[in-house]
Amino acid sequence: MSNEQMTSSETESTDDQPAPTPGTDGLADSTEARQTTGQTLLEAQDLDVYYGDEQALQSVDIEIPEKQVTAVIGPSGCGKSTFLRCVNRMNDLVDAAHIDGELLFDGKDVYADDVDPVALRRKIGMVFQSPNPFPKSIYDNVAYGLNVQGIEGDYDAIVEKALRRAALWDEVKDQLDSSGLDLSGGQQQRLCIARAIAPDPDVLLMDEPASALDPVATSKIEDLIEELAEEYTVVIVTHNMQQAARISDKTAVFLTGGELAEFDDTDKIFENPESQRVEDYITGKFG
Amino acid sequence: MAAETQDKSADAGFGQVSRTKDVAFRLLALAATLIGIVALAALLLNVAVDAVGWLDWGFLTSPPHPNPYEAGFLPALVGSIAIMLLIALVTFPLGVGAAIYLEEYASDGYLTRFIQLNIANLAGVPSVVYGLLGLGLFIGLFNIGYGSVLAAAFTVSLLILPIVIISAQEAIRSVPDSQRQASYGMGATKWQTIRNVVLPRAMPGIMTGTILALGRAIGETAPLIMIAAPTTVFGIPNGPLSKVSAMPMQIYNWASYPQTEFQYGVVAAGVVTLLVVLLTINSIAIIIRNRYQQRT
Repeated sequence: MSNEQMTSSETESTDDQPAPTPGTDGLADSTEARQTTGQTLLEAQDLDVYYGDEQALQSVDIEIPEKQVTAVIGPSGCGKSTFLRCVNRMNDLVDAAHIDGELLFDGKDVYADDVDPVALRRKIGMVFQSPNPFPKSIYDNVAYGLNVQGIEGDYDAIVEKALRRAALWDEVKDQLDSSGLDLSGGQQQRLCIARAIAPDPDVLLMDEPASALDPVATSKIEDLIEELAEEYTVVIVTHNMQQAARISDKTAVFLTGGELAEFDDTDKIFENPESQRVEDYITGKFG
Repeated sequence: MAAETQDKSADAGFGQVSRTKDVAFRLLALAATLIGIVALAALLLNVAVDAVGWLDWGFLTSPPHPNPYEAGFLPALVGSIAIMLLIALVTFPLGVGAAIYLEEYASDGYLTRFIQLNIANLAGVPSVVYGLLGLGLFIGLFNIGYGSVLAAAFTVSLLILPIVIISAQEAIRSVPDSQRQASYGMGATKWQTIRNVVLPRAMPGIMTGTILALGRAIGETAPLIMIAAPTTVFGIPNGPLSKVSAMPMQIYNWASYPQTEFQYGVVAAGVVTLLVVLLTINSIAIIIRNRYQQRT
């Protein structure tokens, strides 16, 4: 299968180490991971995306580093969600979508002919704008990825670990059999995050994960995202600039028409952007 | 009604707005509802009263007889249930399979739209035409026997298949796309998504549609006449190829007898039995459906 080729480089394939054994790869592992921080994991080269005749992204070049939070901001309709959905090829599900250019994940073009999009999505987890848990039990929701990906291991332990990482365990440990839909909106979104990280993907894509939540739930999700970056490469789309400033290491600003206006360290973007248009956008002069 | 009947002295200076049309429309809608319900209730009551004294254990467990006091319904009752079970076995997998293909797999091209349009048309084709098709196809071509259980079940299956497909499609379409996205985002294949996410969520709707279609099937007479099902058989069917009659056929037959005992008493007993079987099938299916709903 193509995913073997895709991950033949130094990063370990999740196929080889399917079940994250709880306890063994906690903090020790993540500090080790932090040392490699800065290596590019995702790279777009001259990426164009069209929906029918309409161009959604214009020659985007970006290098997203490993194990950091990269925020993607910009006005509505600027293509930030489109960019996110290119990374795990969710745009394949849209018939009219058409992609040009290269998008490299771990050095391999995800749009190459021999890449299986289903195998790709097993390495790249996704959290959506509005919480979308399945009408199944909390346990089955978290175990969903393990089941469909055929991961073997101690499901009870993996589910507990994922729920702990998602800061939900203490709230739901006594009701794992009750439906995921019985939780509040903020809890549902953390359940979706637990579901996404349970199979231990390399990248976590988040499409405005807090936009449907109240401020308390939002701040919980934000704390969580910063912690997750110790182990995962997080790319988060947000329309909330304060949120981007609070939680991200790098920020990409897309502007109308689907072009990437600027991409740099978050501090630099918010304090001293290169481009006047980005400064205008950040300071609220338009958008 | 309190708002409408407010007395004029309560006018606080805002003026009054006429509710005449509100009240008139409300009464009209109530009348429309009552006409349907009252007519149905009167019909049921009439039949039920006629059936008193005729619908007894002997009627349900005996074969038909020329003497109305000894006439029984057993072969037609068993025949109808056997046909019904076969229809459910045939239409459920075929209907759900076709619906899944059309909703989840087929690309939205001319061919798909053409098929879609024709399924909708097929749902409106008169049942007697399906009878002719069944006669030509199952009896003429496949030679599975005039009036056999299989021929009857297959023919009526063709008749209700479009209804099952359309209602299953609607149920599948009503599954929110965010659920599919969540599943695909987890690295599920199409089949895993359909099996784990789409079907469980659509199943109550699919079952409701199938139940309604079966309700239509149990009352069908015309296609059975066309495939030469006998109006009266004296033994219960002992195999898929044996001759079968169904409840509506037997009732139709009795209604044409000269004796008034047949025309009123025996026919009424048959009709009540038919309705009870129909309601039983529906309730069983609804119970199954509710169980399913609770589990998901």
